[in-house]
Amino acid sequence: METETETQGRTFDVARVRKDFPVLEQTVHGKPLVYLDNAATSQKPLAVIQAEEQFYLRDNSNIHRGVHELSERATRAYETARIKAQEFLGAKESREIIFVRGTTEAVNLVAQTYGRAHTGPGDEILITAMEHHSNIVPWQILCEEKGARLKVAPVNDRGELELEELIRLMSGKTRIVAVAHVSNVLGTINPVRAIVEAAHARGIPALVDGAQAAPHLPVNVRELDCDFYAFSGHKVYGPTGIGVLYGKAERLEAMPPYQGGGDMIASVSFEKTTYNTLPYKFEAGTPNIAAGVGLGAALDYVNAIGIGKAAEYEAELLDYATGELERIPGLRIIGTAREKAAVISFEMEGIHPHDVGTVLDQEGVAVRTGHHCAQPLMDRFGVPATTRASFAFYNTKEEVDALVRGLMKVKEVLG
Amino acid sequence: MSDLRGLYQEMIIDHSKRPRNFRALADATRKAEGYNPLCGDRITLYLKMEGERIADIGFQGAGCAISTASASLLTEALKGKSRAEAEKLFTEFHALVTGKTDDGAELGKLKVFSGVSEFPIRVKCATLAWHTLKNALEGGETATTE
Repeated sequence: METETETQGRTFDVARVRKDFPVLEQTVHGKPLVYLDNAATSQKPLAVIQAEEQFYLRDNSNIHRGVHELSERATRAYETARIKAQEFLGAKESREIIFVRGTTEAVNLVAQTYGRAHTGPGDEILITAMEHHSNIVPWQILCEEKGARLKVAPVNDRGELELEELIRLMSGKTRIVAVAHVSNVLGTINPVRAIVEAAHARGIPALVDGAQAAPHLPVNVRELDCDFYAFSGHKVYGPTGIGVLYGKAERLEAMPPYQGGGDMIASVSFEKTTYNTLPYKFEAGTPNIAAGVGLGAALDYVNAIGIGKAAEYEAELLDYATGELERIPGLRIIGTAREKAAVISFEMEGIHPHDVGTVLDQEGVAVRTGHHCAQPLMDRFGVPATTRASFAFYNTKEEVDALVRGLMKVKEVLG
Repeated sequence: MSDLRGLYQEMIIDHSKRPRNFRALADATRKAEGYNPLCGDRITLYLKMEGERIADIGFQGAGCAISTASASLLTEALKGKSRAEAEKLFTEFHALVTGKTDDGAELGKLKVFSGVSEFPIRVKCATLAWHTLKNALEGGETATTE
Protein backbone atom coordinates (compact mmCIF):
# COMPACT_ATOMS: atom_id res chain seq x y z
CA MET A 1 0.00 0.00 0.00
CA GLU A 2 2.61 2.46 1.14
CA THR A 3 4.86 1.97 -1.82
CA GLU A 4 2.02 2.77 -4.19
CA THR A 5 1.43 6.20 -2.75
CA GLU A 6 5.07 6.93 -2.13
CA THR A 7 5.97 6.39 -5.72
CA GLN A 8 2.99 8.55 -6.67
CA GLY A 9 2.31 5.72 -9.06
CA ARG A 10 -0.28 5.48 -11.72
CA THR A 11 -2.54 3.49 -9.46
CA PHE A 12 -4.80 5.50 -7.26
CA ASP A 13 -4.96 3.80 -3.87
CA VAL A 14 -8.70 3.93 -3.36
CA ALA A 15 -8.68 1.40 -0.49
CA ARG A 16 -6.49 3.73 1.48
CA VAL A 17 -8.58 6.78 0.64
CA ARG A 18 -11.77 5.01 1.77
CA LYS A 19 -10.30 4.55 5.24
CA ASP A 20 -10.38 8.32 5.64
CA PHE A 21 -14.19 8.34 5.31
CA PRO A 22 -15.75 6.63 8.35
CA VAL A 23 -19.31 7.00 7.02
CA LEU A 24 -18.56 4.63 4.15
CA GLU A 25 -18.02 1.72 6.53
CA GLN A 26 -21.61 0.78 7.16
CA THR A 27 -24.40 -1.38 5.90
CA VAL A 28 -27.78 -0.07 4.74
CA HIS A 29 -30.71 -2.50 4.73
CA GLY A 30 -28.16 -5.23 5.41
CA LYS A 31 -25.99 -4.38 2.37
CA PRO A 32 -22.69 -2.48 2.26
CA LEU A 33 -23.38 1.20 1.62
CA VAL A 34 -22.62 2.26 -1.95
CA TYR A 35 -22.77 6.05 -1.87
CA LEU A 36 -23.32 7.44 -5.37
CA ASP A 37 -25.01 10.72 -4.51
CA ASN A 38 -21.86 12.82 -4.40
CA ALA A 39 -23.19 15.57 -6.64
CA ALA A 40 -25.78 16.28 -3.94
CA THR A 41 -23.20 16.26 -1.20
CA SER A 42 -19.92 14.47 -0.67
CA GLN A 43 -18.93 12.55 2.45
CA LYS A 44 -16.40 14.06 4.85
CA PRO A 45 -12.95 12.73 5.68
CA LEU A 46 -12.08 12.30 9.34
CA ALA A 47 -9.68 15.26 9.05
CA VAL A 48 -12.62 17.59 8.36
CA ILE A 49 -14.79 16.18 11.13
CA GLN A 50 -11.90 16.49 13.57
CA ALA A 51 -11.06 20.03 12.49
CA GLU A 52 -14.59 21.16 13.34
CA GLU A 53 -14.57 19.20 16.57
CA GLN A 54 -11.20 20.60 17.63
CA PHE A 55 -12.39 24.09 16.88
CA TYR A 56 -15.32 23.69 19.23
CA LEU A 57 -13.27 21.83 21.82
CA ARG A 58 -10.41 24.35 21.98
CA ASP A 59 -10.73 27.53 19.97
CA ASN A 60 -14.40 28.47 19.81
CA SER A 61 -14.86 32.21 19.92
CA ASN A 62 -16.20 34.97 17.73
CA ILE A 63 -13.86 36.37 15.14
CA HIS A 64 -12.49 39.84 14.24
CA ARG A 65 -13.46 41.47 17.53
CA GLY A 66 -12.03 39.96 20.68
CA VAL A 67 -8.67 40.88 22.15
CA HIS A 68 -8.49 37.60 23.95
CA GLU A 69 -6.54 34.50 23.03
CA LEU A 70 -9.49 32.38 21.87
CA SER A 71 -10.77 35.09 19.58
CA GLU A 72 -7.34 35.42 18.08
CA ARG A 73 -7.10 31.71 17.49
CA ALA A 74 -10.57 31.56 15.94
CA THR A 75 -9.80 34.53 13.71
CA ARG A 76 -6.52 33.01 12.63
CA ALA A 77 -8.13 29.65 11.85
CA TYR A 78 -10.93 31.26 9.83
CA GLU A 79 -8.60 33.58 7.92
CA THR A 80 -6.21 30.72 7.22
CA ALA A 81 -9.13 28.89 5.61
CA ARG A 82 -9.65 31.95 3.40
CA ILE A 83 -6.05 31.76 2.22
CA LYS A 84 -6.49 28.05 1.50
CA ALA A 85 -9.55 28.84 -0.59
CA GLN A 86 -7.58 31.54 -2.40
CA GLU A 87 -4.83 29.05 -3.22
CA PHE A 88 -7.36 26.38 -4.18
CA LEU A 89 -8.85 28.72 -6.78
CA GLY A 90 -5.59 30.33 -7.80
CA ALA A 91 -6.90 33.79 -6.89
CA LYS A 92 -4.50 36.70 -6.73
CA GLU A 93 -5.49 37.97 -3.29
CA SER A 94 -7.28 36.54 -0.25
CA ARG A 95 -9.58 39.59 -0.11
CA GLU A 96 -11.12 38.29 -3.33
CA ILE A 97 -12.51 35.32 -1.37
CA ILE A 98 -15.93 36.01 0.16
CA PHE A 99 -17.26 33.35 2.51
CA VAL A 100 -20.93 32.60 1.96
CA ARG A 101 -23.25 29.73 2.88
CA GLY A 102 -22.80 28.02 -0.46
CA THR A 103 -23.02 28.44 -4.21
CA THR A 104 -26.67 29.47 -4.01
CA GLU A 105 -25.91 32.38 -1.73
CA ALA A 106 -22.93 33.34 -3.88
CA VAL A 107 -25.09 33.68 -7.00
CA ASN A 108 -27.76 35.56 -5.05
CA LEU A 109 -25.09 37.91 -3.71
CA VAL A 110 -23.90 38.81 -7.20
CA ALA A 111 -27.45 39.14 -8.54
CA GLN A 112 -28.50 41.37 -5.66
CA THR A 113 -25.43 43.61 -5.67
CA TYR A 114 -23.69 43.72 -9.03
CA GLY A 115 -26.90 42.74 -10.79
CA ARG A 116 -29.15 45.33 -9.18
CA ALA A 117 -26.57 48.08 -9.65
CA HIS A 118 -26.08 47.42 -13.36
CA THR A 119 -29.35 46.07 -14.71
CA GLY A 120 -32.18 48.19 -16.04
CA PRO A 121 -35.34 47.83 -18.14
CA GLY A 122 -34.71 46.00 -21.42
CA ASP A 123 -31.32 44.68 -20.30
CA GLU A 124 -30.51 41.00 -20.54
CA ILE A 125 -29.00 38.30 -18.35
CA LEU A 126 -27.57 35.34 -20.22
CA ILE A 127 -27.52 31.78 -18.87
CA THR A 128 -27.60 28.27 -20.36
CA ALA A 129 -30.28 25.58 -20.52
CA MET A 130 -28.29 23.31 -18.20
CA GLU A 131 -28.26 25.59 -15.17
CA HIS A 132 -29.22 24.48 -11.68
CA HIS A 133 -32.21 26.38 -10.26
CA SER A 134 -29.75 28.32 -8.11
CA ASN A 135 -28.25 29.87 -11.24
CA ILE A 136 -31.69 30.57 -12.75
CA VAL A 137 -34.01 31.86 -10.05
CA PRO A 138 -31.76 34.62 -8.60
CA TRP A 139 -31.54 36.08 -12.13
CA GLN A 140 -35.29 35.73 -12.65
CA ILE A 141 -35.88 37.67 -9.44
CA LEU A 142 -33.48 40.36 -10.69
CA CYS A 143 -35.11 40.48 -14.13
CA GLU A 144 -38.57 40.77 -12.64
CA GLU A 145 -37.50 43.62 -10.40
CA LYS A 146 -35.67 45.53 -13.11
CA GLY A 147 -37.79 44.74 -16.16
CA ALA A 148 -34.88 42.86 -17.72
CA ARG A 149 -34.97 39.66 -19.75
CA LEU A 150 -33.44 36.26 -19.13
CA LYS A 151 -31.85 34.75 -22.24
CA VAL A 152 -31.07 31.07 -22.36
CA ALA A 153 -28.47 29.39 -24.60
CA PRO A 154 -29.49 25.89 -25.76
CA VAL A 155 -27.78 22.53 -25.30
CA ASN A 156 -27.56 19.84 -27.98
CA ASP A 157 -28.78 16.24 -27.75
CA ARG A 158 -25.51 15.10 -26.21
CA GLY A 159 -26.01 17.64 -23.46
CA GLU A 160 -23.29 19.98 -24.69
CA LEU A 161 -23.67 23.72 -24.64
CA GLU A 162 -24.15 25.26 -28.07
CA LEU A 163 -21.29 27.72 -27.71
CA GLU A 164 -21.88 29.61 -30.97
CA GLU A 165 -25.49 30.15 -29.93
CA LEU A 166 -24.43 31.41 -26.51
CA ILE A 167 -22.01 33.85 -28.13
CA ARG A 168 -24.67 34.95 -30.62
CA LEU A 169 -26.96 35.77 -27.66
CA MET A 170 -24.34 38.12 -26.15
CA SER A 171 -25.41 41.64 -27.00
CA GLY A 172 -24.88 45.23 -25.99
CA LYS A 173 -27.76 44.70 -23.56
CA THR A 174 -26.22 41.69 -21.80
CA ARG A 175 -25.25 42.66 -18.26
CA ILE A 176 -23.78 39.34 -17.15
CA VAL A 177 -23.21 35.81 -18.44
CA ALA A 178 -23.74 33.15 -15.77
CA VAL A 179 -22.82 29.56 -16.61
CA ALA A 180 -22.22 26.26 -14.85
CA HIS A 181 -18.65 24.99 -15.10
CA VAL A 182 -19.97 21.41 -14.83
CA SER A 183 -23.63 20.38 -15.16
CA ASN A 184 -25.01 18.69 -12.04
CA VAL A 185 -27.32 16.53 -14.17
CA LEU A 186 -25.39 15.80 -17.36
CA GLY A 187 -21.84 15.99 -16.09
CA THR A 188 -20.98 18.18 -19.09
CA ILE A 189 -17.84 20.27 -18.63
CA ASN A 190 -18.44 23.62 -20.28
CA PRO A 191 -15.72 25.50 -22.21
CA VAL A 192 -15.61 28.21 -19.58
CA ARG A 193 -12.39 29.82 -20.77
CA ALA A 194 -13.86 30.36 -24.25
CA ILE A 195 -17.13 31.68 -22.79
CA VAL A 196 -15.35 34.19 -20.58
CA GLU A 197 -13.16 35.33 -23.46
CA ALA A 198 -16.16 35.86 -25.75
CA ALA A 199 -18.02 37.72 -23.00
CA HIS A 200 -15.07 39.97 -22.19
CA ALA A 201 -14.56 40.77 -25.87
CA ARG A 202 -18.05 42.29 -25.70
CA GLY A 203 -17.48 43.98 -22.36
CA ILE A 204 -19.68 41.54 -20.45
CA PRO A 205 -18.64 40.12 -17.06
CA ALA A 206 -18.93 36.39 -16.44
CA LEU A 207 -19.95 34.38 -13.41
CA VAL A 208 -19.09 30.69 -13.21
CA ASP A 209 -21.09 28.30 -11.01
CA GLY A 210 -18.36 25.91 -9.93
CA ALA A 211 -20.41 23.82 -7.49
CA GLN A 212 -19.90 20.63 -9.51
CA ALA A 213 -16.47 21.53 -10.89
CA ALA A 214 -14.54 22.24 -7.70
CA PRO A 215 -14.75 18.60 -6.50
CA HIS A 216 -13.66 17.17 -9.85
CA LEU A 217 -11.34 19.52 -11.75
CA PRO A 218 -8.36 21.72 -11.04
CA VAL A 219 -9.73 25.27 -11.11
CA ASN A 220 -7.70 28.41 -11.65
CA VAL A 221 -9.72 31.60 -11.74
CA ARG A 222 -6.86 33.65 -13.15
CA GLU A 223 -6.51 31.29 -16.09
CA LEU A 224 -10.27 31.26 -16.60
CA ASP A 225 -10.23 35.06 -16.17
CA CYS A 226 -13.85 34.92 -14.92
CA ASP A 227 -15.16 37.84 -12.89
CA PHE A 228 -16.92 35.64 -10.34
CA TYR A 229 -16.56 31.98 -9.39
CA ALA A 230 -18.68 30.18 -6.80
CA PHE A 231 -18.47 26.81 -5.07
CA SER A 232 -19.89 25.00 -2.03
CA GLY A 233 -17.77 23.54 0.74
CA HIS A 234 -19.95 20.48 1.27
CA LYS A 235 -19.42 19.23 -2.28
CA VAL A 236 -15.62 19.31 -1.91
CA TYR A 237 -15.60 17.06 1.16
CA GLY A 238 -16.10 20.00 3.54
CA PRO A 239 -18.95 20.89 5.88
CA THR A 240 -22.35 22.23 4.89
CA GLY A 241 -23.11 25.88 5.51
CA ILE A 242 -19.93 27.31 4.01
CA GLY A 243 -19.01 28.20 0.46
CA VAL A 244 -16.94 30.65 -1.50
CA LEU A 245 -17.62 33.49 -3.85
CA TYR A 246 -14.50 34.58 -5.67
CA GLY A 247 -14.68 37.99 -7.31
CA LYS A 248 -12.03 40.08 -9.01
CA ALA A 249 -11.02 42.73 -6.51
CA GLU A 250 -11.89 45.65 -8.77
CA ARG A 251 -15.37 44.24 -9.35
CA LEU A 252 -15.99 43.61 -5.67
CA GLU A 253 -14.68 47.07 -4.75
CA ALA A 254 -17.18 48.71 -7.07
CA MET A 255 -20.14 46.68 -5.84
CA PRO A 256 -22.61 47.83 -3.20
CA PRO A 257 -22.77 45.64 -0.06
CA TYR A 258 -25.06 42.64 0.20
CA GLN A 259 -26.45 42.37 3.71
CA GLY A 260 -26.00 45.03 6.34
CA GLY A 261 -24.90 44.36 9.90
CA GLY A 262 -21.88 43.78 12.08
CA ASP A 263 -18.46 43.00 10.63
CA MET A 264 -19.29 44.59 7.27
CA ILE A 265 -18.86 48.14 8.53
CA ALA A 266 -15.90 50.36 9.29
CA SER A 267 -17.91 52.86 11.32
CA VAL A 268 -21.58 53.44 11.99
CA SER A 269 -23.46 56.54 13.00
CA PHE A 270 -27.13 57.34 12.43
CA GLU A 271 -26.07 59.88 9.80
CA LYS A 272 -23.56 57.81 7.83
CA THR A 273 -22.13 54.31 7.79
CA THR A 274 -18.80 53.53 6.19
CA TYR A 275 -18.44 50.02 4.87
CA ASN A 276 -15.59 47.73 5.71
CA THR A 277 -12.92 46.78 3.19
CA LEU A 278 -12.89 43.55 1.20
CA PRO A 279 -13.76 40.83 1.87
CA TYR A 280 -15.60 41.87 5.05
CA LYS A 281 -17.87 44.31 3.22
CA PHE A 282 -19.82 41.26 2.03
CA GLU A 283 -19.72 39.28 5.26
CA ALA A 284 -22.30 40.74 7.61
CA GLY A 285 -22.90 38.96 10.89
CA THR A 286 -21.14 36.09 12.59
CA PRO A 287 -20.38 33.49 9.93
CA ASN A 288 -20.24 29.72 10.22
CA ILE A 289 -16.76 29.85 11.68
CA ALA A 290 -16.36 26.15 12.45
CA ALA A 291 -17.50 25.24 8.94
CA GLY A 292 -14.93 27.66 7.53
CA VAL A 293 -12.24 25.90 9.53
CA GLY A 294 -13.62 22.56 8.29
CA LEU A 295 -13.49 23.79 4.71
CA GLY A 296 -9.82 24.68 5.18
CA ALA A 297 -9.19 21.10 6.34
CA ALA A 298 -11.15 19.74 3.36
CA LEU A 299 -9.06 21.75 0.88
CA ASP A 300 -5.89 20.51 2.59
CA TYR A 301 -7.19 16.98 2.22
CA VAL A 302 -8.05 17.40 -1.46
CA ASN A 303 -4.65 18.97 -2.11
CA ALA A 304 -2.90 16.05 -0.41
CA ILE A 305 -4.79 13.60 -2.63
CA GLY A 306 -4.16 15.82 -5.66
CA ILE A 307 -7.19 16.97 -7.57
CA GLY A 308 -5.56 16.10 -10.89
CA LYS A 309 -4.86 12.55 -9.75
CA ALA A 310 -8.38 12.23 -8.38
CA ALA A 311 -9.79 13.50 -11.67
CA GLU A 312 -7.83 10.86 -13.59
CA TYR A 313 -9.17 8.13 -11.34
CA GLU A 314 -12.73 9.46 -11.61
CA ALA A 315 -12.45 9.53 -15.40
CA GLU A 316 -11.53 5.82 -15.28
CA LEU A 317 -14.55 5.13 -13.06
CA LEU A 318 -16.80 7.13 -15.39
CA ASP A 319 -15.62 5.15 -18.41
CA TYR A 320 -16.16 1.87 -16.64
CA ALA A 321 -19.59 2.82 -15.30
CA THR A 322 -20.71 4.20 -18.67
CA GLY A 323 -19.72 0.97 -20.40
CA GLU A 324 -21.44 -1.22 -17.81
CA LEU A 325 -24.67 0.82 -17.74
CA GLU A 326 -24.90 0.97 -21.52
CA ARG A 327 -25.06 -2.81 -21.57
CA ILE A 328 -28.33 -2.83 -19.61
CA PRO A 329 -31.24 -3.17 -22.06
CA GLY A 330 -33.72 -0.30 -21.92
CA LEU A 331 -31.32 2.02 -20.10
CA ARG A 332 -30.63 5.39 -21.72
CA ILE A 333 -27.89 7.69 -20.49
CA ILE A 334 -28.87 11.36 -20.61
CA GLY A 335 -25.79 13.51 -21.12
CA THR A 336 -23.10 12.06 -23.34
CA ALA A 337 -20.86 15.08 -23.72
CA ARG A 338 -17.33 14.51 -24.95
CA GLU A 339 -16.01 16.52 -21.99
CA LYS A 340 -17.67 15.04 -18.95
CA ALA A 341 -17.22 14.74 -15.18
CA ALA A 342 -18.15 11.60 -13.23
CA VAL A 343 -21.92 12.09 -13.21
CA ILE A 344 -24.33 9.74 -14.99
CA SER A 345 -28.02 10.52 -15.37
CA PHE A 346 -30.17 7.87 -16.96
CA GLU A 347 -33.68 6.65 -17.48
CA MET A 348 -34.97 3.09 -17.65
CA GLU A 349 -37.67 2.28 -20.10
CA GLY A 350 -41.08 2.01 -18.46
CA ILE A 351 -39.74 2.45 -14.93
CA HIS A 352 -40.00 5.70 -13.01
CA PRO A 353 -36.77 6.95 -11.37
CA HIS A 354 -38.48 7.10 -8.00
CA ASP A 355 -39.07 3.35 -8.14
CA VAL A 356 -35.49 2.79 -9.33
CA GLY A 357 -34.24 4.76 -6.33
CA THR A 358 -36.35 2.80 -3.83
CA VAL A 359 -35.18 -0.59 -5.10
CA LEU A 360 -31.53 0.54 -5.24
CA ASP A 361 -31.79 1.84 -1.68
CA GLN A 362 -32.89 -1.61 -0.53
CA GLU A 363 -29.67 -2.86 -2.14
CA GLY A 364 -27.62 -0.33 -0.18
CA VAL A 365 -27.04 1.86 -3.23
CA ALA A 366 -27.69 5.57 -2.69
CA VAL A 367 -28.52 7.54 -5.84
CA ARG A 368 -30.49 10.68 -6.47
CA THR A 369 -33.77 10.56 -8.32
CA GLY A 370 -35.89 13.47 -9.44
CA HIS A 371 -35.36 16.64 -11.42
CA HIS A 372 -32.09 17.55 -9.67
CA CYS A 373 -33.16 21.19 -9.32
CA ALA A 374 -32.93 21.55 -13.09
CA GLN A 375 -36.50 21.33 -14.31
CA PRO A 376 -35.92 23.27 -17.55
CA LEU A 377 -33.20 20.76 -18.45
CA MET A 378 -35.58 17.85 -17.75
CA ASP A 379 -38.04 19.48 -20.15
CA ARG A 380 -35.26 19.81 -22.74
CA PHE A 381 -34.70 16.06 -22.66
CA GLY A 382 -38.40 15.26 -22.39
CA VAL A 383 -38.22 13.44 -19.08
CA PRO A 384 -39.99 14.31 -15.81
CA ALA A 385 -37.02 13.05 -13.80
CA THR A 386 -33.90 10.93 -14.03
CA THR A 387 -31.86 8.63 -11.84
CA ARG A 388 -28.40 10.03 -11.21
CA ALA A 389 -25.29 8.22 -10.05
CA SER A 390 -22.53 10.67 -9.21
CA PHE A 391 -19.08 9.55 -8.23
CA ALA A 392 -16.28 10.67 -5.95
CA PHE A 393 -12.68 9.52 -5.75
CA TYR A 394 -13.58 7.11 -2.93
CA ASN A 395 -15.94 5.10 -5.16
CA THR A 396 -14.77 1.85 -6.72
CA LYS A 397 -15.42 -0.34 -9.73
CA GLU A 398 -16.89 -2.90 -7.34
CA GLU A 399 -19.44 -0.27 -6.36
CA VAL A 400 -20.28 0.29 -10.02
CA ASP A 401 -20.88 -3.48 -10.20
CA ALA A 402 -23.19 -3.21 -7.17
CA LEU A 403 -25.10 -0.46 -8.96
CA VAL A 404 -25.47 -2.66 -12.03
CA ARG A 405 -26.67 -5.60 -9.91
CA GLY A 406 -29.13 -3.25 -8.23
CA LEU A 407 -30.46 -2.15 -11.60
CA MET A 408 -30.97 -5.77 -12.61
CA LYS A 409 -33.01 -6.16 -9.43
CA VAL A 410 -35.00 -3.08 -10.44
CA LYS A 411 -35.87 -4.78 -13.70
CA GLU A 412 -36.76 -7.98 -11.88
CA VAL A 413 -39.11 -6.22 -9.43
CA LEU A 414 -40.62 -3.64 -11.78
CA GLY A 415 -39.90 -4.82 -15.29
CA MET B 1 -36.34 -8.00 -0.30
CA SER B 2 -39.48 -8.93 1.63
CA ASP B 3 -40.06 -5.21 2.18
CA LEU B 4 -39.69 -4.60 -1.54
CA ARG B 5 -42.17 -7.32 -2.43
CA GLY B 6 -44.47 -5.87 0.21
CA LEU B 7 -44.27 -2.50 -1.51
CA TYR B 8 -44.36 -3.59 -5.12
CA GLN B 9 -47.09 -6.20 -4.92
CA GLU B 10 -48.22 -7.79 -8.12
CA MET B 11 -51.46 -5.84 -8.20
CA ILE B 12 -49.54 -2.56 -7.88
CA ILE B 13 -47.19 -3.45 -10.72
CA ASP B 14 -50.16 -4.50 -12.84
CA HIS B 15 -52.07 -1.26 -12.24
CA SER B 16 -48.95 0.84 -12.82
CA LYS B 17 -48.35 -0.80 -16.18
CA ARG B 18 -52.00 -0.96 -17.24
CA PRO B 19 -53.78 1.79 -15.35
CA ARG B 20 -57.59 1.48 -15.31
CA ASN B 21 -59.90 4.40 -16.15
CA PHE B 22 -56.89 6.14 -17.70
CA ARG B 23 -58.82 8.71 -19.69
CA ALA B 24 -60.18 12.23 -19.62
CA LEU B 25 -63.94 12.47 -19.12
CA ALA B 26 -65.54 14.66 -21.73
CA ASP B 27 -68.54 15.19 -19.47
CA ALA B 28 -66.60 15.72 -16.23
CA THR B 29 -68.24 18.05 -13.75
CA ARG B 30 -65.13 18.32 -11.60
CA LYS B 31 -61.47 18.26 -12.48
CA ALA B 32 -58.35 18.74 -10.39
CA GLU B 33 -54.63 18.48 -10.92
CA GLY B 34 -52.16 16.94 -8.55
CA TYR B 35 -48.43 17.55 -8.59
CA ASN B 36 -45.55 16.28 -6.54
CA PRO B 37 -42.73 18.72 -7.29
CA LEU B 38 -40.18 16.53 -5.58
CA CYS B 39 -40.39 13.69 -8.09
CA GLY B 40 -42.31 15.32 -10.91
CA ASP B 41 -45.42 13.13 -10.60
CA ARG B 42 -48.45 14.77 -12.20
CA ILE B 43 -52.03 13.61 -12.39
CA THR B 44 -55.29 15.08 -13.61
CA LEU B 45 -58.41 13.61 -12.04
CA TYR B 46 -61.83 13.87 -13.70
CA LEU B 47 -65.10 13.36 -11.83
CA LYS B 48 -68.62 13.18 -13.13
CA MET B 49 -70.83 13.91 -10.14
CA GLU B 50 -74.52 13.13 -10.06
CA GLY B 51 -75.64 14.92 -6.97
CA GLU B 52 -73.47 13.55 -4.17
CA ARG B 53 -72.58 10.42 -6.13
CA ILE B 54 -69.44 9.82 -8.23
CA ALA B 55 -71.07 8.53 -11.42
CA ASP B 56 -67.84 8.29 -13.36
CA ILE B 57 -64.17 8.88 -12.74
CA GLY B 58 -60.97 8.91 -14.80
CA PHE B 59 -57.40 10.13 -14.60
CA GLN B 60 -54.40 10.96 -16.73
CA GLY B 61 -50.81 11.75 -15.95
CA ALA B 62 -47.35 10.36 -15.40
CA GLY B 63 -45.71 9.18 -12.26
CA CYS B 64 -43.98 6.37 -10.43
CA ALA B 65 -45.46 2.89 -10.02
CA ILE B 66 -46.91 3.70 -6.61
CA SER B 67 -48.63 6.94 -7.61
CA THR B 68 -49.96 5.54 -10.89
CA ALA B 69 -51.28 2.35 -9.30
CA SER B 70 -52.79 4.33 -6.46
CA ALA B 71 -54.67 6.58 -8.90
CA SER B 72 -55.82 3.57 -10.90
CA LEU B 73 -57.11 1.65 -7.88
CA LEU B 74 -58.71 4.81 -6.52
CA THR B 75 -60.80 5.18 -9.65
CA GLU B 76 -61.92 1.54 -9.39
CA ALA B 77 -62.77 1.88 -5.74
CA LEU B 78 -64.74 5.10 -6.02
CA LYS B 79 -66.90 4.65 -9.07
CA GLY B 80 -70.51 4.76 -7.86
CA LYS B 81 -69.56 5.79 -4.33
CA SER B 82 -70.98 8.80 -2.54
CA ARG B 83 -68.86 11.75 -1.61
CA ALA B 84 -69.08 10.85 2.08
CA GLU B 85 -67.98 7.29 1.35
CA ALA B 86 -65.04 8.60 -0.69
CA GLU B 87 -63.92 10.85 2.14
CA LYS B 88 -64.17 8.01 4.62
CA LEU B 89 -62.07 5.79 2.37
CA PHE B 90 -59.40 8.49 2.13
CA THR B 91 -59.20 8.67 5.91
CA GLU B 92 -58.80 4.91 6.14
CA PHE B 93 -56.33 4.79 3.26
CA HIS B 94 -54.22 7.52 4.81
CA ALA B 95 -54.14 5.69 8.14
CA LEU B 96 -53.09 2.51 6.33
CA VAL B 97 -50.18 3.96 4.35
CA THR B 98 -48.87 5.98 7.28
CA GLY B 99 -48.89 2.85 9.46
CA LYS B 100 -51.51 4.18 11.87
CA THR B 101 -53.65 1.09 11.33
CA ASP B 102 -53.27 -2.22 9.59
CA ASP B 103 -57.00 -2.87 9.79
CA GLY B 104 -58.51 -0.99 6.83
CA ALA B 105 -61.41 -3.43 6.82
CA GLU B 106 -63.39 -1.43 4.29
CA LEU B 107 -60.49 -0.71 1.94
CA GLY B 108 -60.81 -3.92 -0.04
CA LYS B 109 -58.21 -4.01 -2.84
CA LEU B 110 -56.68 -0.78 -1.58
CA LYS B 111 -55.15 -2.75 1.28
CA VAL B 112 -52.47 -3.72 -1.22
CA PHE B 113 -50.79 -0.40 -0.33
CA SER B 114 -50.13 -1.43 3.28
CA GLY B 115 -46.44 -1.98 2.40
CA VAL B 116 -46.03 1.75 1.78
CA SER B 117 -45.98 2.37 5.53
CA GLU B 118 -42.49 0.80 5.58
CA PHE B 119 -41.31 3.47 3.11
CA PRO B 120 -42.26 6.82 4.66
CA ILE B 121 -40.80 8.75 1.71
CA ARG B 122 -43.26 7.03 -0.64
CA VAL B 123 -46.39 7.99 1.31
CA LYS B 124 -46.62 11.12 -0.83
CA CYS B 125 -46.69 8.99 -3.97
CA ALA B 126 -49.48 6.80 -2.64
CA THR B 127 -51.62 9.73 -1.51
CA LEU B 128 -51.17 12.12 -4.45
CA ALA B 129 -54.32 10.88 -6.22
CA TRP B 130 -56.29 11.04 -2.99
CA HIS B 131 -55.26 14.62 -2.23
CA THR B 132 -56.22 15.45 -5.79
CA LEU B 133 -59.59 13.78 -5.29
CA LYS B 134 -60.19 15.84 -2.18
CA ASN B 135 -59.50 19.01 -4.14
CA ALA B 136 -61.77 17.90 -6.96
CA LEU B 137 -64.59 17.21 -4.50
CA GLU B 138 -64.02 20.56 -2.83
CA GLY B 139 -63.90 22.30 -6.17
CA GLY B 140 -60.23 23.28 -5.84
CA GLU B 141 -57.69 23.35 -8.60
CA THR B 142 -54.25 21.96 -7.86
CA ALA B 143 -53.25 19.51 -5.18
CA THR B 144 -49.71 19.06 -4.09
CA THR B 145 -48.17 16.54 -1.78
CA GLU B 146 -45.42 18.93 -0.80
